[in-house]
Amino acid sequence: MSKNEMIQITYREAVREAIREALRRDERVFLLGEDVGRYGGCFAVSKGLLEEFGPERIIDTPLSESGFTGAGIGAALGGMRPIVEIMTVNFSLLAADQIINNAATFLHMSGGCFNVPLVIRMSTGGGKQLAAQHSHSLEGWYAHIPGIKVLTPATLEDARGMLWSALEDPDPVLIFEHQSLLNMEGQLPANAGAVDIDRAQIRRPGSDLSVITYGASLFKALEAAEILAGEGIEVEVIDLRTLRPLDDATFLTSIASTHRALIVDEGWRSGGISAEICARIMEGAFYELDAPVERICGAEVPMPYAKHLEEAAMPQVEAIVTTAKRMVRSNG
Amino acid sequence: MNAKSPSSLSGAQVDREHAHHLLHQMLRIRRFEEKSAELYTLMKIRGFLHLCIGEEAVAVGVCEALEPEDGVVATYREHGNALARGISAGAIMAEMYGKQEGCSRGRGGSMHIFDDKTRFYGGNAIVGCGLPLAVGLALADKMQGRKRVTCCFFGDGAVAEGEFHESMNLAALWHLPVFFVCENNLYAMGTALERAQSVTDLVRKAASYNIASSAVDGMDVLTVEAAAKEAVNIVRREQEPYFLECRTYRFRAHSMFDPELYRSKAEVEKWKKRGPIVTLVKRLKKQGLLSDVELEQLEQQVAREIEEAVAFAENGTWEPVEDLTRFVYSERG
Repeated sequence: MSKNEMIQITYREAVREAIREALRRDERVFLLGEDVGRYGGCFAVSKGLLEEFGPERIIDTPLSESGFTGAGIGAALGGMRPIVEIMTVNFSLLAADQIINNAATFLHMSGGCFNVPLVIRMSTGGGKQLAAQHSHSLEGWYAHIPGIKVLTPATLEDARGMLWSALEDPDPVLIFEHQSLLNMEGQLPANAGAVDIDRAQIRRPGSDLSVITYGASLFKALEAAEILAGEGIEVEVIDLRTLRPLDDATFLTSIASTHRALIVDEGWRSGGISAEICARIMEGAFYELDAPVERICGAEVPMPYAKHLEEAAMPQVEAIVTTAKRMVRSNG
Repeated sequence: MNAKSPSSLSGAQVDREHAHHLLHQMLRIRRFEEKSAELYTLMKIRGFLHLCIGEEAVAVGVCEALEPEDGVVATYREHGNALARGISAGAIMAEMYGKQEGCSRGRGGSMHIFDDKTRFYGGNAIVGCGLPLAVGLALADKMQGRKRVTCCFFGDGAVAEGEFHESMNLAALWHLPVFFVCENNLYAMGTALERAQSVTDLVRKAASYNIASSAVDGMDVLTVEAAAKEAVNIVRREQEPYFLECRTYRFRAHSMFDPELYRSKAEVEKWKKRGPIVTLVKRLKKQGLLSDVELEQLEQQVAREIEEAVAFAENGTWEPVEDLTRFVYSERG
């Protein structure tokens, strides 16, 4: 295999390759969750891993989110490196006690005695007409909590590379995989490996406006940026990648050159991560701004089923284009 | 399995030295907690303070059955478990003072005693929250081929939580070496067991998950110790969970803010007559295994230890405020 060889791969396969690599590299790693084994994962991410690694390392659990997530925490305390898979972020609320009261607190509450090297993966987000109990974006809400790290891989490279870095982290890391990205296909170097999990990335440089986003909204922002470029507006698109700890230096630096900021977040506006980003801009780049910061967020409704309503409830390309034009054409 | 009769072991001859050791351990817990209550009224200790006075036989009897490499998960009423497990009285007292010499550097307090040397994983103040952890600790041992036991203490209140049932099922399903110890003191805070459970026989609940289970008189340290040793042997040998219900009673209020409206003074007095210390002392004296002088010597030894623990806490230091945000994430390098 040549060093620069590229392979065609989907997001789902990239995550699977990351899990496979971790299982091969570290015998302490195992996968634990509902239907991760025989069924192959509810989103088919772990398909084939049971056959390759056996039932001791690909463990099907009963429908006991709190029980098996807590077991993952305990196993991490006991020297293992578990990857807990929770089907959707909505189901993770059944394990919120373990995530928030145990995983996030243990190191601090024990005065440094016990760290929890645990990775929890779950799907997030809307767009699949799965309605109000399978489609929410609560990653920003988890980012409220000190003691955990919150990763939102959007690109194939991050889907492939964030898991290993998360497993090497001594503390609990939550990885949110947007369900609308699973079938996304593209090219990735055959030897792609670990990536950093600390820094935001500028996915498209531009001078007129900073669009700050993450997850599936990244691709809507990039599509909007392409349309806007045709109209002479150069948008800088920032992929946050990690919501906690939040790399504010990257977007503050960007705003210092564009002087305008638009936040695109599938999560709800009130009290969401978009509000936090906005506050950091006020604290760190207020005098750089030529226009008010604006936000395009998920509508404040539980996610509806009907396609046209679901689309209306989520940030869309058209809204990004319209808002960006208005912001750039205002004279500040 | 049936509950063991409270009198099943009381007639048996016990080793004098060992009996003194058990009594000593229970006295340490009793006097430590009495002193804690006193220090609470002096506002040296703040927050919530939950005393296990009356329940000492459970902590002592169970911890006697554990090996140093075994793990312990406990509740917010855990001073007794921690002392019996071998965490020093000074480190626990300093923790309750909020000093950085405390076993959790003053970040946990009374409800969050932690210690890596004795594998003491808290000090968990969410009822039921510790059970899945115990399952996971045992899973890690099983996966790494270690023959360790994870002992998980919880109260009767936890039995109503979903995490209890999820953990019972997982431990049984995955054949994990967890020793579940239910400290049944008949009240979940102020709610009596029969007001909270449609089935009050807790052994049946564990048995329904195909877990070997039994109940013992939790007021008799020798009975608890014997049952715990038998259970731990089974867990270690068979690599299967075991559920032991210890029927006990809390003599003091739930916490320091409890006017005890939910139970009668007569009921408390009735249980006090069965207190684990008073009954053991009476039995040992009757069998000629304990003299007044020896008891006094034990008391003096305990008093010295408590005095030193308080001095250690008093002389402890406050963690600098600049260190506030330490231990949120691990410090690397």
